[in-house]
Amino acid sequence: MKKVSYFLAALLGLSIQFASAQVKKGSVLIKNATVLTITNGTLENSDVLVQDGIIKKIGEGLKAPNGVTTIDASGKYLMPGIIDAHSHLGLDVVNEASSPIVAEVHMKDVVNPYEVGIYRALAGGVTISHAMHGSANVIGGQNATLKHRYGSTDPADIIMQDAPRTIKFALGENPTRVHGRGRGIQPRTRMGVEAVIRNGFNEAIQYKKAWAEYKEASSKKGSTALPPEYNERLQTLADILDGKIIIHCHSYRADEIYMLINVARDFGITKLVFQHTNEGFKVAPEIAEYTMGASVFADWWAYKFEVYYSTAYNAAILTENGAITSINSDDAELIRHLYHEAAKTQRYGGMTDEQALAMITINPAKQLGINDKVGSIEEGKQGDLVIFEGHPLSSYTIPQMTFVDGVKYFDINEDADDQRLKVSPTQMVEEVTIYEGHNARCMQDTEHLFETTEALFHLNH
Amino acid sequence: MQRLKQIFFAFLLSVLPLMASAQIDGEFIKPRAGKFLLQNATVVTITNGVMENSSVLVEDGKITAVGAKISADGAEIIDCSGKFIYPGMIDGGTQLGLVEVSSVAETVDYAEVGDFTPNMQALTAVNPNSVAIPVTRVSGVTTVLTVPTGGIFPGTAALINLNGYTPDQMYAGFKAIAMNFPRSGRRGRYDRRSDEDIKKANEKALKEANELWDKAKSYAEMAAAEAELDYYPEMAQLAKATTGELPLLIEVNTASDIKAALEWIKDKDAKVIFAGVAEGWRVAEEIAEAGIPVVTGPIQALPTRESDRYDAAYANAGKMAKAGVKVAIRTNGQENVRNLPFFAAFAAAYGMGKEEAWKAVTINSAEIFGLGDQYGSIEAGKVANLIVADGDPFETKTNIHHVFIDGYRMPLSNRQIRLYQEFLDRSPGLNVN
Repeated sequence: MKKVSYFLAALLGLSIQFASAQVKKGSVLIKNATVLTITNGTLENSDVLVQDGIIKKIGEGLKAPNGVTTIDASGKYLMPGIIDAHSHLGLDVVNEASSPIVAEVHMKDVVNPYEVGIYRALAGGVTISHAMHGSANVIGGQNATLKHRYGSTDPADIIMQDAPRTIKFALGENPTRVHGRGRGIQPRTRMGVEAVIRNGFNEAIQYKKAWAEYKEASSKKGSTALPPEYNERLQTLADILDGKIIIHCHSYRADEIYMLINVARDFGITKLVFQHTNEGFKVAPEIAEYTMGASVFADWWAYKFEVYYSTAYNAAILTENGAITSINSDDAELIRHLYHEAAKTQRYGGMTDEQALAMITINPAKQLGINDKVGSIEEGKQGDLVIFEGHPLSSYTIPQMTFVDGVKYFDINEDADDQRLKVSPTQMVEEVTIYEGHNARCMQDTEHLFETTEALFHLNH
Repeated sequence: MQRLKQIFFAFLLSVLPLMASAQIDGEFIKPRAGKFLLQNATVVTITNGVMENSSVLVEDGKITAVGAKISADGAEIIDCSGKFIYPGMIDGGTQLGLVEVSSVAETVDYAEVGDFTPNMQALTAVNPNSVAIPVTRVSGVTTVLTVPTGGIFPGTAALINLNGYTPDQMYAGFKAIAMNFPRSGRRGRYDRRSDEDIKKANEKALKEANELWDKAKSYAEMAAAEAELDYYPEMAQLAKATTGELPLLIEVNTASDIKAALEWIKDKDAKVIFAGVAEGWRVAEEIAEAGIPVVTGPIQALPTRESDRYDAAYANAGKMAKAGVKVAIRTNGQENVRNLPFFAAFAAAYGMGKEEAWKAVTINSAEIFGLGDQYGSIEAGKVANLIVADGDPFETKTNIHHVFIDGYRMPLSNRQIRLYQEFLDRSPGLNVN
């Protein structure tokens, strides 16, 4: 059964190459809400008009154009759709763990729009997630930024096609365990991790040079120059060097974070975001100065040794030091209450409402390179919105409605129990899965490469 | 405001070496016993309503008076104007203290080898100096049940207060024999066994559980008859559950397993507590009818079935409580037991209501563990486990200002806070020198 779905996903993945996505765009007027714009303060009793998927007008006393539904949000809060900078939601496969560098792999080829988790994320106000390759490789595959248009069955329709390219890197325990310890090849240490990256980029420089030489030679009259062999892996690394791809790097310890900052500076790379970043607080000034910031857990720690010396004040320290900071989930449950995870920065570090909300809206949007399109309520931006009963930073708040491109995908009052898009005709009794805590998928599909206990399988961030 | 805080911490760091033995607010070196009068607060007693402008007197580890007019006679006065006093929260199921770093096997002490190890004592393995303990108590969690896991009868759980230098000093007076009721379902997405294999494994485990129970019962009967018995510590321990000397804490989650467990306990004299109970809402009436109390959680969890409503796990505790089940909440956590108040908030929001959610982390747990006269509310005569907060402790915005455990005024610091203090305004900063 699983095999069939992989096959289907592969087929659907192929179709992305040919289909030009036609996604639904909606129009709606939301009235009388407390509007948390994120970038322009809080507007009391204000209206937001979305037309054909774009925020057209923000103000008071707006009238709905013909045929546009009006929603009265009196007493409720309206904020931009929440963005998760680190997720594996909607992916059928997460790791291609066969080499320390697999830059040629694309997550858009394994996007599964049927995953009910996408609906559940919408029910938590999350409209965009960054579907990342896993952390088995030093340089992993290229990620996909997803718009949660649940109900679409074409993977192309839930991929945010206008988002820039991003790629997964990973430092520390995961790549050294899978490659060095799992199969006896470099890297086994953090020194090896650095070497793999530097070797990769230097090879990419040679590759670029070979192509540049060929192009120059071939432009000459009567040239018989032969092109170098095309190599998707090296071409992708070359694209990183050319600033066409944002690096999102799984990292925990301060030393490895500092290492990658140095490597990036040596190679002139500026588009770099750190993920997890548990010890980011120790090198917060460096992260602030040289990178696009850090995407962190609100409070996860101690599940493995490299996160033992963590602090829940991480996000606050990073923010106070001027680093762009986002709070991510990396987890199918946590993604459902990122508003609450962000709120924890108020207990741990006294973040203001604006600072806390920015960590799940405009800041992750910046890190994904989509802040000109989403992440705040501004005229001209995409109509990704969520209505909350109660302030979104209250522990008691409940999301009420979620919109993507002005289309309503979640409404608590119309929420049916069963939101699956398909039901297996062969499954007589539905599978029951008991939640056993952290369920991150960073290391999914690499279990066989681990040398130790079963317990690890649940702890592979 | 933020600036002020930075200056405050900078000041704190600069004077700390000078005042290693001195104590100022927010940075105590040691827990400190004494006579304390917590004055002029709103006291949320849990069992006797909310008392405005009231005080709580703490002496010799106990609450000795609660009310408007209490003499300060010799007590250290702690002004709590504008603040709220709540009982310390109780987490009804954790592995706190039994593990330091989950992926480092050498530090994992909650799962012994074998299916039948009820004599494994959680209390023995509790590390009073675990870094996770001070991290937990600053959130207002003062007491936790710490539970071994693994086999069918993995060990004996122990209730501990989060203060003390030996397990015995931490012990809060309740033990229970843990049982993992044989599971009929899949063990998560790594479980690739066939349906038939799962069914067979379940039947085998149930048969094994029955045999062990019957044997333990015989053991208890023979012991009562003063028969000479071979050394069999596992049986000697499980025997205590067959006679009701120790409660049986049954981890059970799916609806069909809960029903099977209800059937299984019918002809047994055990004092039963259900734990986990993820699908309790599907069979809430039956649990209520059987009068079995439940320690449920984690609340922030995924629904058990793809077809479930998205909030099934959030709403589970409230639905059981509404059906008449006595419900307590647990995190089932290790390093992040500090999230208990937030789990309670989610349960409250999704149908349980704030009042019932508070009971579920205080008096209900205490009563389920047979310690309702000692813990779980603010009443004269009870153990002085208290928290003082500037708002509702379930909200993340709220700050906890004081924590008392066993009458000790606890330092509100831990490694995570110290890292904050050191790194918020790092020096040297960006450049060398």
